[in-house]
Amino acid sequence: MNKLNFLSPDKNNLYAYLYSGISLFSLSILLVFLNSFFSLDLTSFLPRTISYFLPLILGFIGLHLIRIEYSGIKFLDIINKNINTNKFNALLSLLIIFAVIKLLPPLLSWFIIDANFAGDSKDACSGSGACWAYIKTWFNRFMYGMYPNAEQWRINLSFIALAFLGGVGFFATEKFKKYLTLYYVVIYPIIAFLFIFFFISGGPIFFDFSYGIIAAVISIIIGFFIPSKFKMYYFLIIPITIYILLKYVFFYEELIELGKIQAFEWVETGAWGGLSLTFIVSFFCLIFCFPVGLFLSLGRRSDLPIIKYISIGFIEFWRGVPLITVLFMSSVMFPMFLPEDMFIDKLVRVIIAISLFEAAYVAEVIRGGLQALPRGQYDAAKSLGMGYWKMHIFVILPQALKLVIPGIANTFLALVKDTPLIFVVGLLEIVGMLNLAKTNPEWLGFAMEGYVFASIVFFIICYAMSKYSYNLEQKYKTER
Amino acid sequence: MNFKKILPQLLTLVVVVLVFGFFSYNAQVNMENRGITFGYGFLSQESSFDVQFSLIEYDGSHSYFRAYLVGLLNTILVSVIGIIFATIIGVVVGIARLSSNYLIERTAAIYVEFFRNIPLLLQIFFWYFAALRALPLPEKAEPMFGVFFLTIKGFFVPAFVWNNLDIFVYSVIAAIIAIVFVRIYAKKKQENQGIQTPVLSISIGFLIILPLLSFFLGGVDATVEIPVIKQLSQTSFTYEGGLKLPPELISLALALSLYTATFIAECVRAGVQGVSKGQKEAAASIGLTPNQVLKLVVMPQALRIIIPPTTNQYLNLTKNSSLAAAIAYPDLVLVFAGTALMQTGRAIEIVSITMLTYLTLSITISIFMNWYNKKIAIKEK
Repeated sequence: MNKLNFLSPDKNNLYAYLYSGISLFSLSILLVFLNSFFSLDLTSFLPRTISYFLPLILGFIGLHLIRIEYSGIKFLDIINKNINTNKFNALLSLLIIFAVIKLLPPLLSWFIIDANFAGDSKDACSGSGACWAYIKTWFNRFMYGMYPNAEQWRINLSFIALAFLGGVGFFATEKFKKYLTLYYVVIYPIIAFLFIFFFISGGPIFFDFSYGIIAAVISIIIGFFIPSKFKMYYFLIIPITIYILLKYVFFYEELIELGKIQAFEWVETGAWGGLSLTFIVSFFCLIFCFPVGLFLSLGRRSDLPIIKYISIGFIEFWRGVPLITVLFMSSVMFPMFLPEDMFIDKLVRVIIAISLFEAAYVAEVIRGGLQALPRGQYDAAKSLGMGYWKMHIFVILPQALKLVIPGIANTFLALVKDTPLIFVVGLLEIVGMLNLAKTNPEWLGFAMEGYVFASIVFFIICYAMSKYSYNLEQKYKTER
Repeated sequence: MNFKKILPQLLTLVVVVLVFGFFSYNAQVNMENRGITFGYGFLSQESSFDVQFSLIEYDGSHSYFRAYLVGLLNTILVSVIGIIFATIIGVVVGIARLSSNYLIERTAAIYVEFFRNIPLLLQIFFWYFAALRALPLPEKAEPMFGVFFLTIKGFFVPAFVWNNLDIFVYSVIAAIIAIVFVRIYAKKKQENQGIQTPVLSISIGFLIILPLLSFFLGGVDATVEIPVIKQLSQTSFTYEGGLKLPPELISLALALSLYTATFIAECVRAGVQGVSKGQKEAAASIGLTPNQVLKLVVMPQALRIIIPPTTNQYLNLTKNSSLAAAIAYPDLVLVFAGTALMQTGRAIEIVSITMLTYLTLSITISIFMNWYNKKIAIKEK
């Protein structure tokens, strides 16, 4: 047997070092564990400072003893490589392990062991832990705001339907795949708007939309017989003409009669709230800000000076101001800019404001993608005789948008995280509802539970979104 | 051909002019109907409202313009505090994420994922309404190191009472100027003769010696004032003396720096990862010491990647500090766009001033950034 040198462990006496090191290390962890879970201090006979630092010292020596390179034991090598490369790393690893052991009992007891789950009033919560009964009682409000209880199925049904319609893309066959973009960019938002307006809000079914659909169908049928040279102009002019004719010339009287039909009870937007409002606001802002941002980014890179400078001014303006001032503007300043008898709903104003704000950020992200494309792509497209729009739609944008998926996902994440700010104009989504519930005299003192609950909800939503964007990025990654 | 270029521009211009014309016409009509005249004269009127926390002397008898300054200074204060802490935390966490130690890397990753996926407003509320409300009352507070008192009414810290503070400030400025000259001289010497000067130790020396000299020769004198508990009434206590940091400021600065630090950490990680391994190996192979490799090869290249997005984060932090309005920290938005607007009812003027202020702040910083970016960009031959 070789001589043992405890200052520099080597391979010769591997097991001697290993056993002594592991026993010291386990002892240190056992000390902390007993102390934290059973408040048992085995070393209380020592002076206070020494007993306080003893686990750290023991663990440090233990880790020092098992720090043997290329020991040949797989498990030991993995440990050494990952948490025990040198003295400093060993110390930090120990501190982290101890901190986790120390933090677990109080967290566990607050979240689960001492927490109250049952009951429907404040008296049920007497323990030192969290009062989940509070969340349970207020759950409905946190989800739907002041929306009438009896009507909440409308929100649920709309969301389920929209989620189902949104998932259509996954089931599309090869034949329909090429129409998916059209579906998601044009048709889906319109369906979503109809759902929100007629179903959740319960607005009167004014027949503008049915006329619009009739006009669109007629013009598409006629469109098959039009030479392709004029198709562009045809689709710009004819649908609108048919729509105007239908609405104002042929069926004007009927429209007024039918417009008064109302299927559901009207719920004004001021009563909407909770998590469902978060979803509605972020969904619409997401839909609107993307096309606006796309056009702004194209405008900023345009050769036409007036368009270019207007886009730059617009983008820089929105990017330079905080969202909260934009919302202030939409609530106190914007009504001054409208005619006296014109009134735009608070929620609509907020959605417009946030969309314009985020559109500026989306524009800058897309511009980054456009700039990253090599000039050759533009030249090649032009040499094939493509015009500006054809070149962008078929060559430039598919590549540029692929490049900026992470950036756009980050902007959308920021959008979701910005929705709580609408409390400025008096709309209460989930965070706003929490603050309202917190001031309820029957439920005072449960701020912590509420914020923890909302944090978990937002964390799940945002984390899922960021993981999804990462997957998208991997899926569309092409070698360049 | 020209027609095709002019028409869209003309159309855009007409639309923009029409929209603006429509808005301003309506604004005029509305203001006439309500009997308001447009103008910034109200700024010199007496404001007659009080502000809880202010860096400059202010009370109700001062003008609205001074109220604006109070708000602006408070915004700048919380932004600067936030930027300093966010940078420190961000750099540490960013480097921790690159650590070979699995536990450290995981801890940093969990921190980043957790704090950046929760809305900032929620974090501010959490610190202000939940975490800081759990602090003890002033009379029950345990002193930290004997002089710091963390209570529900704020954080009380010792303050310096200065004599001849201006001389001390001048000495610090002189030290900074001297350091700049030393750096220029060192760079020239390096370029001409290839000899390196220990700039860092000389700089630190200047920063210590000059202010110290001002103590001995300039008659500068500082005493520490420790907060002492004082009874206001039967049940109400507070601390007197020292410096009081209100809980609004603490929770705002805490939330801002913890939130922004996650983004800065990602910038730092990307920057260090962006320097290719070959660069380090090449530097080592020509005989540079590890310190020199870090200082002369890795850091300049990493900083080129780190600094632009980090400045963006600083800008975001400054803009996000406007969330202060939610917890009644008297920043620009709360004092000016909140209280002053309520009192005067001049929505257009006040909102436009507020927005212009933020716009000026961010455009100044982005112009400076563009200049800096051009300066450090790789000059390709």
